[in-house]
Amino acid sequence: MKDVIEGRAWVFGDSVDTDNMYPGFAMKLSLQEAATHVFYNLRPGWTGEVAAGDIVVAGRNFGVGSSRPVAQLFLELGVVALVAEEFNSLFLRNSINFGLPAVTIPAAATTIADASTVRLDIPGATIEPAGGGARLMGTPLPEFVLDILAQGGLLPKLAADGYLPVAGAGR
Amino acid sequence: MSMTIIEKILARGAGLEEAHAGDVVVCDVDMTVLIDLQFATLWKDPTRIADPDRLAVIMDHAVPAPTIGDADGGVRARAFVRRFGIERFFDVGRHGICHQVIAENGLARPGEILTCTDSHTCAAGAYNNAARGLGPIEVYSIMCTGKTWFQVAPTIRYELLGAKPEVVSGKDIFLHIAGTYGDATNHNLELGGPGLASVPMNDRRTIATQGAEVSADFTTFPADEICLDFLQERIGERPEPVEADLGAAYAAVRQVDLSELTPWVARPGKVADNALPVSQLERRRVDQCFIGSCANGQIEDMRVAAEMLRGRRVAPGVRLIVTPASQAVYAQAVREGCVETLVDAGAIVTNSTCGACFGYHMGLLGAGEVCITASTRNFKGRMGSPDAEIYMASPRTVAAAAIAGEIIDPREVLG
Repeated sequence: MKDVIEGRAWVFGDSVDTDNMYPGFAMKLSLQEAATHVFYNLRPGWTGEVAAGDIVVAGRNFGVGSSRPVAQLFLELGVVALVAEEFNSLFLRNSINFGLPAVTIPAAATTIADASTVRLDIPGATIEPAGGGARLMGTPLPEFVLDILAQGGLLPKLAADGYLPVAGAGR
Repeated sequence: MSMTIIEKILARGAGLEEAHAGDVVVCDVDMTVLIDLQFATLWKDPTRIADPDRLAVIMDHAVPAPTIGDADGGVRARAFVRRFGIERFFDVGRHGICHQVIAENGLARPGEILTCTDSHTCAAGAYNNAARGLGPIEVYSIMCTGKTWFQVAPTIRYELLGAKPEVVSGKDIFLHIAGTYGDATNHNLELGGPGLASVPMNDRRTIATQGAEVSADFTTFPADEICLDFLQERIGERPEPVEADLGAAYAAVRQVDLSELTPWVARPGKVADNALPVSQLERRRVDQCFIGSCANGQIEDMRVAAEMLRGRRVAPGVRLIVTPASQAVYAQAVREGCVETLVDAGAIVTNSTCGACFGYHMGLLGAGEVCITASTRNFKGRMGSPDAEIYMASPRTVAAAAIAGEIIDPREVLG
C-alpha cells in the first residue's frame, strides 16, 4: 500500500448501503461479473467509467447494511481507497480486512468535487485537491490497522502465520 | 469507573478490569458461527483452527441450495465439519436462520462475545451478549486465532417506561426508535428500564436484530428474570448476568414510554428517520406481504400471523409469504395449527431460510410492485427489483395488509 496516492474521486452521498454496491442478484455471479453492478441503481453506468487508481468518496454512514464483501468488487474495479465522512463499522472493517484502505474524513463528500483529482494521505488521514486547495483533516487509523493494510489485508497475515495452506489463498 | 453493559463484556473478553468508549481492545471470542455463504464463496480449508468447541456451522442463507455454487459450499462445509470435529453443525434438515438457531441452542450467553458473518448477529444482544456481524475474512480469522479487536464505541441508552400494549411488538418499538432518533453509526445501543418487563424475549430479539439497520455496533439488553428463565430452559443453568453500573457514561439517554406506542411502519429505502405510525400513512395497496427472517420468523410471529388470518382470507391479487425462522419453529407452527390456518387463508408457508429477506432465491419483487415486510431490511432493491417499494412493519401489520390488500392499522382488522 502506498501512503500517499493521487487519483480521481467519485463522490457519493449519505447512507449508501451495501445492497446498492453488492445487490443480492449479483451474489450469484462471479466477482468479475458482480463488479459490473456496483452502484447499479444509484449511478448506472459508473462501473464503465471508473478506472484503476480511482478513489470513492462518500458522506455519512457509508456502507450501512450487510457483510457482503463489497471491497472485493471495488478492488476488482481498480478502486484503491475509500474515503467517507463516517463509515458503518462493519463496512470499514470489512474493507480494511480485504486490504482496501478506508479513511474517515469529515466534510469530504461535501467539499471534494466529483471526478476531480485528489491527493489522499492514508496514514495521515488527509485529502486535498491535487491541483492545490484546502486540505481536509480526518481521524488517522490506529497503527495496528495500518499494519493490516500494509500486509494487504487479513488473509496474507493469516497465511504468514501458517493458518492457510498457500500464501494469499482464499480469495 | 462505571461501565455500560457492552463495556463490561468487552473488558472481560479482553481480560481487563475496565474498558471505555474510545479504547481499542483485543478480545477472546466465545462463540463464532460460520454460515453457508462463507463456504460458498471465499472458502479455503485452514491448516488449523483455534477451538472446535467455540465454533458452530449453520446452513441458512441459501438452503436447500438454489445454485451449484451454493451446493458446492455445502460440500465444503460438511467436509470441514468432519475434518475438525465440529459438534455444533446445523445441516439442512436441522437448519434455521443462524440467529434463531443460536437462540434455540443457547449459543449466546450473558457476558460472552459472539461473532458471525451475518450483519444481524447483533440479534444475540437480546441475551445480554456482545454479538456483532463481521466480514467473512474477519470471521475466518477468528475461527483460526480465537480473537479479534474492537474499538469500544460510545453507548446510547434507551430507558423503556410503561407497559407495552398487546398490539405493539418489538418491531413497532424499533421502528419508533429508528424513525424518531435516526442512525446510531459508531455507537452501541443499550435498552433497559422498568418497561422492559413488558417486552417478551421474541420482541427483544427483533429489536436487537434491527440494531444493524440504524448502523449500530452492538445492541444489548440486560439479563432480567425473563431472560434468565428463557436461557435456563435452553441451557439448563442460570448464567450470571452483566448489568450496567450506576453512573455509567452514555452518549445519550432517551426515554421511550411504551404505553403510548402504536403500530409503526417504515417507508421504503431505510428505517432511520423514515418511519411513522401506520395510522398516519396514506393508504397504499400491496402486492406482496412477507413475515419471516431472523427478526420476525419466531414462533410468536407465526402465532400472530395465524391469529390474524384465522377465519379471514388473503386479499385477491396479494401474495402472503411466511417463513419460519428454523425447522424447530416450523415444526412447532405445524403442531400448533398455525401452518394449516395460514395455508387455508391463502398464504404460502416456506422452508426456513434467509431467501426472501435478501432477495436471493425466492419471493422476489418485480418492477412497480409494493411489498410490506416484517423482515430485517427495506433497502431499495433488497428483495428484488430496485423499482419495487418495500415498506416495513410488524407481523401483525403485515398480516393486516395481506387481508385488506393495502397497508392499514391492524387494529382496523381486529375491529
